[in-house]
Amino acid sequence: MNKVQNNRAWWLVLPMFVLVAFSAIIPLMTVVNYSVQDIFDQNTAYFVGIEWYQEVLRDTRLHDSLLRQFTFSFSVLLIEIPLGIAVALTMPKKGWQSSLCLILLALPLLIPWNVVGTIWQIFGRADIGLFGWALNAIGVDYNYTANTVDAWLTVLLMDVWHWTPLVALLCYSGLRAIPDAYYQAAQIDRASSWAIFRHIQLPRLKSVLVLAVLLRFMDSFMIYTEPFVLTGGGPGNATTFLSQTLTQMAIGQFDLGPAAAFSLVYFLIVLLVSWLFFTTISHMEKDKSDG
Amino acid sequence: MANIILSGLAHSYSENPSGMDDYAIHALNHEFKQGGAYALLGPSGCGKSTLLNIISGLLTPSEGDVLFDQQSVTHLSTAERNIAQVFQFPVVYDSMTVGENLAFPLKNMKLPKQQIQQKVEEIAELLELSDILTKKARNLSADQKQKVSMARGLVRENVSAILFDEPLTVIDPHLKWKLRRKLKQIHEQLNITMLYVTHDQLEAATFADEIAVMYQGKIVQFGTPQDLFERPNHTFVGYFIGSPGMNFIDFNKMDTSYAAQALFAKLSPVQQEILEEVKSDNIQLGIRPEFVQISQQSEANAVEVDFVSVEHLGTFQIVTTCFAGKELKVRVSEHWHRQSDVLYLSFPSEWLKLYIDDYLVGESMESEHE
Repeated sequence: MNKVQNNRAWWLVLPMFVLVAFSAIIPLMTVVNYSVQDIFDQNTAYFVGIEWYQEVLRDTRLHDSLLRQFTFSFSVLLIEIPLGIAVALTMPKKGWQSSLCLILLALPLLIPWNVVGTIWQIFGRADIGLFGWALNAIGVDYNYTANTVDAWLTVLLMDVWHWTPLVALLCYSGLRAIPDAYYQAAQIDRASSWAIFRHIQLPRLKSVLVLAVLLRFMDSFMIYTEPFVLTGGGPGNATTFLSQTLTQMAIGQFDLGPAAAFSLVYFLIVLLVSWLFFTTISHMEKDKSDG
Repeated sequence: MANIILSGLAHSYSENPSGMDDYAIHALNHEFKQGGAYALLGPSGCGKSTLLNIISGLLTPSEGDVLFDQQSVTHLSTAERNIAQVFQFPVVYDSMTVGENLAFPLKNMKLPKQQIQQKVEEIAELLELSDILTKKARNLSADQKQKVSMARGLVRENVSAILFDEPLTVIDPHLKWKLRRKLKQIHEQLNITMLYVTHDQLEAATFADEIAVMYQGKIVQFGTPQDLFERPNHTFVGYFIGSPGMNFIDFNKMDTSYAAQALFAKLSPVQQEILEEVKSDNIQLGIRPEFVQISQQSEANAVEVDFVSVEHLGTFQIVTTCFAGKELKVRVSEHWHRQSDVLYLSFPSEWLKLYIDDYLVGESMESEHE
């Protein structure tokens, strides 16, 4: 059978191309443009090739920041994914209690990011914040503005508070999608609750977990507002993550060239790690299907 | 291994049932003997799945007791009852291989590895799953998956009973027939009580020795396929079993027409006696289309009916006629030819059944209390 080629169909895709061009490709190309030139003013620009890239990749400030960023993102994933699953598992399954839980869980997700930062900034203060004051009152020397560990813990805690609900909601919807027959069969087969989790719930949560891991990785890797408001990146540079370093470079110092080069590197890292996550997980599936 | 006794069972899915309509099962008493092959037959929503889940312990009945032999198991868990159940739609553990799926119930019972291995192979052999034991269960077709869930039900030894909840719904007709025979064979080999829920009378008849017909939350008749066909205990059984179902003719004692007289004359003395005493107005005469005799000429005690339509169904035909404003179907041979629009039907006494308030009455002693 011959396939009929109708090139007029391309016209139908054209609006999408235009849209993508304006929303992604053109801005991205502007950044690429900056990253290979040294620009002094509107009329004076020199082509510098990969010089900015070399500079960026050798910059120890960025190395430190990148390391902090990875530490932060992986800590976030390690805490939020299991915690989210656990919350979803313990949530009531029906009735007004479940609606109430859903609303309570969704609340942190509805709060603007800079407000989240502000909330925790005040919440953690030793003088007027409930959290900081209470910790100090029971004898824990807690001060997130001066102590690196305290600052880290506060930022992590804030992120866990803000985003675990997302993971929990995703898992909850995944769990609700499992037909009752599976639980009944498990009961007939005398499966322990661990076996039910391991062989029924977890495999069926896989697709939402992939989504949750990717979303949480990407978002946490690009985190800016909350730690900026909470700690301002301090004490010192202890909680200065990549995007804040980038902002300092681009806006604080107006080093547009290196900042652009760095933006691209940043973008590629996010893309690469997400791709790694995704392929590893889909690959696991493939192996299993052959096994 | 046990007799399963249901005593005064009732179940309602609503917490405060207000009327009969709220009950999925009502005032149900029954006994399933150890080692039998039984079918629970009934239309959708008649409570058969509910009953099955009560027996297996997935549901606790609102009222009444479930006993295994003399012991009440009403509040025991599924595991304590030692029951296997196969569901309507295949349930397999996706992340496991077929072999692991079969081994799963045994592993949960903490049997020694070797015994598990042996049992798994045995059941796989029986259900022709040996070739795919190492395959991941997620990649199987729907009917293979259902075979796996069936095998999981059969793999445990010494279960009190195996319950099947319309297990062949997703399976295509050819394989369906094969699997049903297989189940029957397994039943003969293992001597385990098997309870098979279905809405398909053919499936029930081929699988089971005895069939319990359920209607509106009750078992309205329990008997062999032949019993159900020849002596339906309830108008519903008459209507539900057979294709087409039994003909029912409303009977009015005050009716003095020739047709009514002719029908009355065909009744047995016992039936006539009952009719004379009965106070209820809900009186029906039932006869299967297979037993109605059709004639093109007027005969003694035959009633005149109008021809409506005829369906050719291969080796036989179904003639629909109109008698006293109601449809009456007759099964005739494939060679039958109609000569006029007026036909004459006669009803052999032995097949003419009397139903008062939907229940069969006036039968000879041996079949009256089933």
